[in-house]
Amino acid sequence: MLLQAIIDAVAVGALYALVAVGLALVFGVMRLINFAQGELITAGAYSLYLTRNLPLVVSIIVCFVVCVVLSVLIERVAFRPLRGASPATTLVATFAVAFALEAVWLIAFTPQGKTADLLSTLNQPATHGSLHLRWLTIVELGAGLLLLGGTALVLNRTTIGLHMRAAATNFRDAQLLGVRADRVIMFAFVMAGVLAAVVSLLLTVSQPLVTPTFGLDVTILALVGAVLGGIDRLASATAGGFLIGFITSFLGDELPASLSNFSLSFTFGIVILVLLIRPAGLLAALGQSSVERV
Amino acid sequence: MSRVAAARPLLAPVLLILAVALIGSTTSTATQQNFITALVSVTIVVGLYVFIGNAGVISFGQISFVAIGAYSAGELTLPTQPKHFVLPGLWSFIQNHSVGNIPSLAIAAGLGALYALAVGLPLMRLSGLAAGIATFAVLEITYNVLTFWPKIAPQSGQTLSLVPTTTGLTQATVGAIIAAAAAFLYQSSRRGRLLRASREDPAAAQAAGVNIRRERLIAFTLSGAIAGLAGGLLVHQIGSIIPSQVYLDLTFLTLAMLVVGGTGSLWGATVGAIIVSLLDTYLSNAENGLHLGFFKLTLPSGAADLILGLLMVAMLIFRPQGLTGGREWDLTIPHLRRRRSETRADASGASGLDQASLIAESPNPTDSATEPAAERPAPPVESPLSGPRPEG
Repeated sequence: MLLQAIIDAVAVGALYALVAVGLALVFGVMRLINFAQGELITAGAYSLYLTRNLPLVVSIIVCFVVCVVLSVLIERVAFRPLRGASPATTLVATFAVAFALEAVWLIAFTPQGKTADLLSTLNQPATHGSLHLRWLTIVELGAGLLLLGGTALVLNRTTIGLHMRAAATNFRDAQLLGVRADRVIMFAFVMAGVLAAVVSLLLTVSQPLVTPTFGLDVTILALVGAVLGGIDRLASATAGGFLIGFITSFLGDELPASLSNFSLSFTFGIVILVLLIRPAGLLAALGQSSVERV
Repeated sequence: MSRVAAARPLLAPVLLILAVALIGSTTSTATQQNFITALVSVTIVVGLYVFIGNAGVISFGQISFVAIGAYSAGELTLPTQPKHFVLPGLWSFIQNHSVGNIPSLAIAAGLGALYALAVGLPLMRLSGLAAGIATFAVLEITYNVLTFWPKIAPQSGQTLSLVPTTTGLTQATVGAIIAAAAAFLYQSSRRGRLLRASREDPAAAQAAGVNIRRERLIAFTLSGAIAGLAGGLLVHQIGSIIPSQVYLDLTFLTLAMLVVGGTGSLWGATVGAIIVSLLDTYLSNAENGLHLGFFKLTLPSGAADLILGLLMVAMLIFRPQGLTGGREWDLTIPHLRRRRSETRADASGASGLDQASLIAESPNPTDSATEPAAERPAPPVESPLSGPRPEG
């Protein structure tokens, strides 16, 4: 079923796009690849597990609070002192933060998965002819569009959004012109936290078993997608995230059985090819695709 | 400067390796494994350093060369007799041939280099974030293929076991010293200096006629050879291997070692590998219970990773250039101070290229900095992030 595969792939793509936006937002203002973004998703999922007996609304609110607070906390404790350090240093630092947080989940929740069973009605299929569409797929698409639209609106129509765009273009000049660095960066991390909360909610509904590496795999692939599209700009990063989710899901569904084990190899093979042709990203502005940017 | 004097910076890493081996030789067989692990880690991290440190380009893919080395050395040293039964799907060439321990290590290094060369040929034109992601893709593909292709590895990621355990303290020490010597010979050779010049200032180096892509490819291949050798040592130490052992965790751990030590120097790579490796094994042992005088301390599982992660964040905040600050440690006596400073400039800069080193001396505008960095980072591992700021 080609159509079925496409619908599934679009839903997965929407999820990855949301993660990619979070990464690109932070990258825009801080030039920092935030591996710890995945740990926010895991934190949100564990908070959903811990509050599984409380009313749904409370549970969801807790999830959002946990993600946002953790996101801002990480920025304050780990990333702020590193502002201005070499990019390799900050990259490894976010790696280390993710590593440490993963160890925290391991200590607190053991490697065994915890089941956070909520909103399971969304997993029921809405069958139309031979098409099986889970309600979740529709919710994922809706949430994806809504949040992407919302992010675009904040960036293009509000003062803080203007500041963020200015900071993303040239941080130092923006600072000289009166943009407050701390506020802009803090706001980027808050938005990243909100996006992570939504992703963790959607992801937990579709796969209720929460493990310590719950958010990491999604984040790594979304990051690859964001770079593939061009992490410099929000729109291209989003499109790249969507694309990688789409390709992964589609290849997983459509490759013949003898090759389906190798779907990840195909995905990453495509990634290498695209990067060789367009190192700055598939959708990066023309003239930026020079091989050696010096 | 005489030849002997020129080799002085190699002395410190080699002495440290020998010291670790010496301490290891006095301990019990069980504890000795920790020291062997540390020495194998040195080999891997020196392999990483040859490319990342000299080229200043981040790579997440070097562990795939360790994987190739581990699998080739492991499979080739299995006697043909059990090999037919335990690994029926293997290519008949691998199935019908077995070699001894030392040849298997040589083959591991050779295949590591060959694989790195093949991967590097297209990839070395990339730099910055694109290079990071592309090399990461190589790691993913290697992991995926090793897990699922029964012609070259056990079926669906099962353990490759029964590998002869020949890596003792002696072989691990010799391996680490060979790696350090190779890395040193390379970095002080003409080729190495050209690459280090391009790390300091790509534009100036290119203008002076350095073919950056070729120099990077040479370093990448040498790095692959050392990583392959390390993989061979690793599989002969453990006696078995599964793909997840040579994947993300090892990539993270070895990168951490390099950063903690300092990306810019061989001394840093050696120090970082030994300290972090010993700390890691010590903390992991503490998870199984540790006797501290009168009481027994048992850390919960995961505590080792937590402490290691926190330590690294703290380390990066307070000493972002690593323990060694990216410098070689020159064991000289005080009255030679003057010459020492000469050697230092020599080791950290681009003495072969006056122009490039002149330009590299000038303060480097870091556009990602929100406040001026106190010190210019010694090893500026360049990343995407150092490119011109794109339109948002």
